[in-house]
Amino acid sequence: MTQAVATSIDTSWEADPAPAAKTRTYWQSVLIRIFRDKATLIFGTVVLAIVLLAIFAPLIAPFDPYKESIIGRLKPFGWRGHPLGTDELGRDMLSRLIYGARSSLLMGMVPVLVATLVGGTLGVIGGFAGKRVNTAIMRTMDVFYAFPSVLLAVAISGAMGGGMMNGMIALSMVFTPALCRIAETATAQVRSLDFIEAARATGARPLTIIRHHVLGNVLGPVFIYASSLVSVSILLASGLSFLGLGVKPPEPDWGLMLSTLRQSLYVNPIICAMPGAAIFVTSICFNLVSDGIRSAMDVRQ
Amino acid sequence: MFAIILRRLIYAIPIALGVSVVCFSLVYLAPGDPLQTILPADASADTIAFIKHEYGFDRPIPVQFFFWLTRVLQGDFGMSIATRRPVVDEVLGSLSNTAVLATIAVPLAFLIGYSLGVIAGCFPGGWLDKLVTGSAVMGVSLPNYWVGIVLVIIFSVEMMALPATGMGPNGSTAFSLFRWADLQYLILPAITLALVPVGILARSTRASLAEIRNQDFVTTLRAKGLGEGAIVRHMLKNAMPPVLAVMGLQFGYLMGGSILVETVFTWPGSGFVLSKAIINRDIPVLQGSILMLAMIFVATNLVVDLLQAAIDPRIRRA
Repeated sequence: MTQAVATSIDTSWEADPAPAAKTRTYWQSVLIRIFRDKATLIFGTVVLAIVLLAIFAPLIAPFDPYKESIIGRLKPFGWRGHPLGTDELGRDMLSRLIYGARSSLLMGMVPVLVATLVGGTLGVIGGFAGKRVNTAIMRTMDVFYAFPSVLLAVAISGAMGGGMMNGMIALSMVFTPALCRIAETATAQVRSLDFIEAARATGARPLTIIRHHVLGNVLGPVFIYASSLVSVSILLASGLSFLGLGVKPPEPDWGLMLSTLRQSLYVNPIICAMPGAAIFVTSICFNLVSDGIRSAMDVRQ
Repeated sequence: MFAIILRRLIYAIPIALGVSVVCFSLVYLAPGDPLQTILPADASADTIAFIKHEYGFDRPIPVQFFFWLTRVLQGDFGMSIATRRPVVDEVLGSLSNTAVLATIAVPLAFLIGYSLGVIAGCFPGGWLDKLVTGSAVMGVSLPNYWVGIVLVIIFSVEMMALPATGMGPNGSTAFSLFRWADLQYLILPAITLALVPVGILARSTRASLAEIRNQDFVTTLRAKGLGEGAIVRHMLKNAMPPVLAVMGLQFGYLMGGSILVETVFTWPGSGFVLSKAIINRDIPVLQGSILMLAMIFVATNLVVDLLQAAIDPRIRRA
């Protein structure tokens, strides 16, 4: 039994049954690890299915999600061809749930993306510049840390007057400090290492150093953390819509549907509970996929 | 110890100041002029200028902030636009209602979360561990406002065992924890609110135990022939402080983050006042309640920090 010489990271993975593939890069081995992790694959498929449902909603949904019917309100499963019944205005539940995936995914991903860009950039600048710039950036972030996330989201979107756009701005501001802190820590860790010193000594400009030597070490932890935030963002976004601060009626949105259906709790409880189940399934699948990515990217395991 | 208290206080003051700056700027985030709501639609330019001057809106923003802060420090948060009552009166009563809810929910969450975490931490890798870790992930991925609705469906609509909304048959002022007629209103909201902290506490207990398991003193205890039960007792004692710290922080989170659960159960707490203020576009109440809740959160963090330093000598030396 010959052991491959531990020259690159991936060969340190002891269970590797294919020692021939010595030249595998880090990202290739991460992908292989994900494909061997059955649970992550299953939940990843569900996530993919939800994304596809959202994109192709007009093709998949059996009914028009806005079409109301006065006689067909809060009808049970299977009533006149409505597989999941109808809501309080007689609109088809299944179609509205399918369309609802759109705003949930949008409000789940856009804020995380914006916060990753803004927070990540600020964190790298702070961590790389050090001293006063760092203090200024990080102390400002500390202030936003001093709010519970739900409260900050409600405060900003509440003051700005609700709506999907304002909700996404509010959520971006909620996630920025945490991502900034992660990026700052990772940057500060590599900043003092020898290869950065060497690059500096060769006369490389700061931007070049950041692009070639810092980013590679920062993107990993930032990506892992950002992926775990998507499920939080979906929960918070639906919460904002539930409070009337996110998506506006009559748009189909899970949080908003939960809030308007709440009045009909005593008429048809099962229908009222369904949008929440959709939020839950989406959020837990994103959460578990993110856990899977985290453990696949953690080489030390 | 005195030096630590001083240092943490000095660190907390700029944070508190920053928090008040954020709350102050909320008014300027709001669309339209902050005066729009109190001015009549046909006000002349002179009247507008006069009222602007009276309210200080014609001064530079830093000066306005300074005046606002002085008033807030004296307990004057302005008037509610919807009820024409002082914001302090509107918010303070509701804060105590939220505190009642949080003081029941947090120990409940600790009891369940810590036990689950201990079970998982004692058998790492086993099926019990997998079960607990799985439910912990579920606990933090569940929209708690939805769980509240499901609990209402089960226990109020179907079983008719517990009341669905409100805070006691006689309203919040007459609420007593020691009367079943009142207490039953607390059960569903408290369970709903405890859900997320249960998941977080179970996870941190498990992590804390996993870290301690590998420490030298555990090996020493085992080497000297101590029984497994006694070793676990030693480990539990050492795993407690970080978990207690997490529990303290959760109290702060629940005080500020209970708005969704309070809306579901129409619990007349600070979150409910906040959501009413949002519907009415009552910016002074919004600003006041958010400022107070954020300050409570800052204060909770400070107290947790200090308590940790008081309990754990290692933190004091750091």
